[in-house]
Amino acid sequence: MMRRTLGKLASPQLLALVGVLLINWLLFPNFFRITWQDGRFFGSLIDVLNRGAPVAILAVGMVGVIATKGVDLSVGAVMAVAGAVAATMVVAGYPAPVAVAAALLVGLLCGLWNGILVAILEIQPIIATLVLMVAGRGIAQLITEGFIVTFTDPVLIYIGTGSFFGFPMAAVIALVLMVAVTLIVRRTALGLFIEAVGVNRAAASLAGIRSRMLLLLVYSLSGLCAAIAGIIVAGDIRGADANNAGLWLELDAILAVVIGGTSLLGGRFSVPLAVVGALIIQAMNTGILVSGFPPEFNLIVKAGLIFIVLIIQSPLASRLAPPRLRPAVKGAAK
Amino acid sequence: MNRSLRPLAATALIFAIAYAIAVMQFPSMFSTRVLGNFLTDNAFLGIAAVGMTFVILSGGIDLSVGAVIGFTGVLIAVLVSWAGLHPLVAFAMAIAVAGAFGATMGLAIHYLQVPAFIVTLAGMFLARGGASVITRDSVPINHEFYAFVSDLTIRLPGGGRLSMIGLSMVAIFIIGALIAHRTKFGSYVYALGGNPVSASLMGVPVARTTVAIYALSSILAAISGIVFSLYTSAGYPLAAVGVELDAISAVVIGGTLLTGGYGFVLGTFIGVMLLGLVQTYIIFDGTLSSWWTKIVIGILLFLFIVLQRLIFVASAPGEKAARA
Amino acid sequence: MPDQQYALEARGIVKIFGNHVALDKVDFGLRPGEVHALLGENGAGKSTLIKILTGAYQPDGGEVLANGAVVTLNNPQHAQTHGIGTVYQEVNLLPNRSVAENLYLGHQPTRFGFVDRRKMERDARAVLARYGLNLDPSSELGAHSVAVQQIVAIARAVELSGKVLILDEPTASLDRNEVERLFDIIRDLKASGLAVVFITHFLEQVFAIADRVTILRNGKLIDTKSLDDLTRTDVVRLMLGKDIAFSGATMLEENRPLGEVLLDFKGYGKKRSVHPFDLTIHKGEVVGVAGLLGSGRTEMARIMFGADAADEGSVSVAGKPTSITSPTDAIAHGFGFCPEDRKAEGIFGDLSVRENIVIALQGKLGWFSALTRDEQMEIAGRFGESMDIRAASLDMPIKLLSGGNQQKVILSRWLATDPAFLILDEPTRGIDVGAHAEIVRTINRLRDEGLALVVISSELDEVVAYSSRIVVMRDRELVAELNGENINPGVIVQAIANHRDGAQA
Repeated sequence: MMRRTLGKLASPQLLALVGVLLINWLLFPNFFRITWQDGRFFGSLIDVLNRGAPVAILAVGMVGVIATKGVDLSVGAVMAVAGAVAATMVVAGYPAPVAVAAALLVGLLCGLWNGILVAILEIQPIIATLVLMVAGRGIAQLITEGFIVTFTDPVLIYIGTGSFFGFPMAAVIALVLMVAVTLIVRRTALGLFIEAVGVNRAAASLAGIRSRMLLLLVYSLSGLCAAIAGIIVAGDIRGADANNAGLWLELDAILAVVIGGTSLLGGRFSVPLAVVGALIIQAMNTGILVSGFPPEFNLIVKAGLIFIVLIIQSPLASRLAPPRLRPAVKGAAK
Repeated sequence: MNRSLRPLAATALIFAIAYAIAVMQFPSMFSTRVLGNFLTDNAFLGIAAVGMTFVILSGGIDLSVGAVIGFTGVLIAVLVSWAGLHPLVAFAMAIAVAGAFGATMGLAIHYLQVPAFIVTLAGMFLARGGASVITRDSVPINHEFYAFVSDLTIRLPGGGRLSMIGLSMVAIFIIGALIAHRTKFGSYVYALGGNPVSASLMGVPVARTTVAIYALSSILAAISGIVFSLYTSAGYPLAAVGVELDAISAVVIGGTLLTGGYGFVLGTFIGVMLLGLVQTYIIFDGTLSSWWTKIVIGILLFLFIVLQRLIFVASAPGEKAARA
Repeated sequence: MPDQQYALEARGIVKIFGNHVALDKVDFGLRPGEVHALLGENGAGKSTLIKILTGAYQPDGGEVLANGAVVTLNNPQHAQTHGIGTVYQEVNLLPNRSVAENLYLGHQPTRFGFVDRRKMERDARAVLARYGLNLDPSSELGAHSVAVQQIVAIARAVELSGKVLILDEPTASLDRNEVERLFDIIRDLKASGLAVVFITHFLEQVFAIADRVTILRNGKLIDTKSLDDLTRTDVVRLMLGKDIAFSGATMLEENRPLGEVLLDFKGYGKKRSVHPFDLTIHKGEVVGVAGLLGSGRTEMARIMFGADAADEGSVSVAGKPTSITSPTDAIAHGFGFCPEDRKAEGIFGDLSVRENIVIALQGKLGWFSALTRDEQMEIAGRFGESMDIRAASLDMPIKLLSGGNQQKVILSRWLATDPAFLILDEPTRGIDVGAHAEIVRTINRLRDEGLALVVISSELDEVVAYSSRIVVMRDRELVAELNGENINPGVIVQAIANHRDGAQA
């Protein structure tokens, strides 16, 4: 048991994260310095956790979707919708818990809508979720009536910017969510079923797995995670910006999942490694910022990262891999 | 009716009805002035949508279009305003760069065998990042050629103007339609979208066609960037954010099947015009807010996806049953 | 000295995949103006041979000759330039494009760089007329029946190649009239000097159209003969490798008292798939299913398991009428199903051996009663041992295992659910001798433990050895049920081959 856990820790993703952090440290010697101030930690490393939280949360939802051979392009727009719901409700005088619950429910419904298009109407995921990606921001603007709805509600602001035992609230939420979802998928049979459907849907059906419910569930979870991320982002800027909240974060979330080792063709997935993927992306972001490079460099580095991951994952790479590795594995099977 | 024509007919019908309603409400919308502006204002979207049509017909997707438009604008602005090149030289260079960029994406999609959306996503990051690295600010273009082109208009009876850029969009749609429907390359594009395995067995040069499709899409995005730069007389790295989504929407609303193989370049034209109509209507109305555009596009997108599902997929089992 | 009598010839072809010899020194000669049937069960090497003749595969030994000259065929396009055209079972054309474009794609006539559509459609109309098709060449191919699409595919292959036409199960989804129409076309082509290879598993079609036949079994050439010298029974015997002359009845299970009735299928069937059949299955018996490929044997298994829902008839389990419309229903009643196509429908390639074993049990338990890892290990370990699954680790991906071990894993998957009824579709196909014996032993053991089994197999020796009863499928219909003394390969071959008028489904 112990050895297995240690083995997982030595994954290439974690090594990559450590590598990125070390490069950051070389570029910016104070990178690892953490200070305690006003009852919370400060420092670049904390910043990585805090800023990386929204994408990490999206990745927690996205990883299940991608494991079933799907993709959810709507999460950025759903973030905007959820943020808009929470903000307008607290401004209208509803207590924060009600507003948060409503926002979560709306996110869940958005996810369910995607799930219905994919599982029941059997529309390709990339197309099905495109609808909400396009319309979602319009809906968010409809809710906020085109304004950036600012609020002063302490609970929402705490969710976005507060600290919990000195750690940023957003990071704590992301951690709790990651642990909870990991436990749910690994302590129940969900994880196995999701992987089975992603690897071979025909065989899954013959083995008695009902894939429809499963798809509804993973898309709903993705919507729910997007809503959580949306509330955090709204709390962070103390307002709901329907135009910019979560803009392009769906792409970061997909990237995080892919870096986390889940193939876009479905199958094996790991929630914690997807979160590590999100942290790698954010560590690069933060590193570029603190070391004084223009933030636009980040996009180029990200593009490079996608290509590296794609080349590693591509069938071509496995064909080019030293052939002696493969017969050895085959021989072991005998 | 040929089933691939049905979504096109639906688009045309919806456009006709929507336009009739708009004109009944605001008679001034039926004027050469509004129609002329229609073409001019949607030119850059239309040109990009032609490229997207080819990509989607082949069963792919190109998320890098908006970023390439932005990059082209910045590149041209820098070449003209800072390096002092003639705009036409800058245009040619921008098109060459975009062509190489798209071809590279095509190579990656074909040889790495990965989904187009993730490759073009990397392309989007790269182009947007590249533009931002060149400059973070808007770079104005002051060149007599720009003034000359913007004065090039054809006056229409009724006070309307057909601008150079509006006309170039129409020209590109016509050329695009000819390539798609009248050349071997066009038939290969449809073949790839219909069934890549069959296409390859029937001797379609899959690698070459894939590379050409993405190169074409990027080249048209660059031309769209040129038009955008003529339209705004500036280059800005964050210009045209999200245009790829509008282009995809226009293509789908124009009746092209998102999974590839069916559709018409003309349909995309109507799709672009329909999107333009929604925007114009909202401006005319004055009380409706701009976000309704997105919601209406989303609803149209949904309707067309379901419509296509009904026409193309739901009818398939019935056919099978009839055959067996 | 090259043999000029052949339009296309293969000499001593060897093809090896990994450590499996798919073709072992196979010779094949095709004369101009003949229809040459290529027969063999799945895994006999038919499709490998075809792929070598069309350039899709390169042989590991031997040579291919076109018109007496040794050629190297790099790919199907290259084969086309040597006059070799192919039509596949799944029509490999573009249903989204016009008929004319499907005929000429890649070779369209052009004018000023543009496709001359008018000329293309005029040419297409002329070509189609020669095949007796009077249809609008500008219409969408997908709007036409499979038969028409098949003819268009043949026309394309002949137009572009012109010497050799390879038809790979072209009749699989055609009805009787359509087959006749296709045969008329093939006869015309033959009369014009074309050499035709015809692959099918419908014997009467072979006798209706072919001049000579080549039979492959397990990658080896069995014989090439003129059909004038053969009866249907001879052909089946050659395909299945049974010598009828020596067929003593094997008195096996008839003394065993039958257990109580577990399953009773009455008039059970599905339109266009399996004719309604009656079948009663008792506890502790193995019902063998014999029949050639395409006889409806797999379809029967699938509707029994609910993988395809039956649309007529009724089923009762242990005396209680019930309905089985999905695998989940079937599994709830204690059914299990090992499909024929292990890779596509059986294994989860990237998942571990352990997960592949527990998946059906877990599916039965539902989402929330998850087996812990230790429980999974225990179950997997138990079956790994009792089924003798050779894997370096139970945590390795199943795709790295040999076919035989994969089959044992899938069998274990169902045994883990403690089933009452198992359907095994070709459980021993393409697996090594050791695993083969292990699976046959397991079938016998399970029967003795009181399970009911339906086993589909084209290995007649094997079916005879473990079956208490044998049902014979032909043309999607259950045509015979054999008991007692009738359970012997000779009788089975006879039942399979038996010609019935109007046998087309």
